[in-house]
Amino acid sequence: MRVTVQLFARLREVAGRSDLECQVAAGATVRDVWVAVAAEHPALAPFGGSVSCARNEDFARMDTLVDEGDGIAFLPPVSGGAR
Amino acid sequence: MSLPHFAVTAEPLSVERLAADLEAVSRYRGEGCGAVCTFIGVVRATHQGRKVTHLEYEAFSPLAVKAFQRIADEIAAEWPFATVAIHHRIGRLQVGDASVVIAAAAAHRAEAFHVCRYAIERVKQIAPVWKHEFFEDGDAWVEGAATDIHDDAARQRARQTACA
Repeated sequence: MRVTVQLFARLREVAGRSDLECQVAAGATVRDVWVAVAAEHPALAPFGGSVSCARNEDFARMDTLVDEGDGIAFLPPVSGGAR
Repeated sequence: MSLPHFAVTAEPLSVERLAADLEAVSRYRGEGCGAVCTFIGVVRATHQGRKVTHLEYEAFSPLAVKAFQRIADEIAAEWPFATVAIHHRIGRLQVGDASVVIAAAAAHRAEAFHVCRYAIERVKQIAPVWKHEFFEDGDAWVEGAATDIHDDAARQRARQTACA
């Protein structure tokens, strides 16, 4: 299946790009998409434990299933800031 | 003309317009509107002792608007006749600029204060917005917690902070 991927903020900086395409097997999850993206951009690997994700502009989980043509976004930790 | 209640924009923010709009829409709901509480998040001159030259805010805009709507749904469940509006600015901001504005309207002031505080605490927890700080001697992304909208403990902390 082909999906498009958006990277934001620090992830975009580290990967050097904001938009990419990814091929994953049928039955793949968002986690599988991340693994594929991190394989192409190894500098992203350390962020795997702290990223959040979205599927088609809605909040998702890393174990959410993906479909052909989905738009996946990976989000670094948000800027909560101080009180 | 009515403003959208949840927005991400590169334009300068106006909390007054938001407050006026909320008062108008809540005037005849429930007991009506007896209080509007507002919050302005401002770009601060320093961060951890370093002098800030400017900030760049970035957002996944459609998802941020959904996060704001989700926060409003949480508020509606807890404070049924309160209303809230959240606008966040993105792009390059200078020290002193408003980065986020929130208005909360309710029949009584206790709810208005609680809702306003709850809203900003939740924005900080779950909104896909990132702050890139620039200093005289470098730059850094401000990082917080992962955006887990299902983290109920986080939501409870926000509620406790708001109602303290």
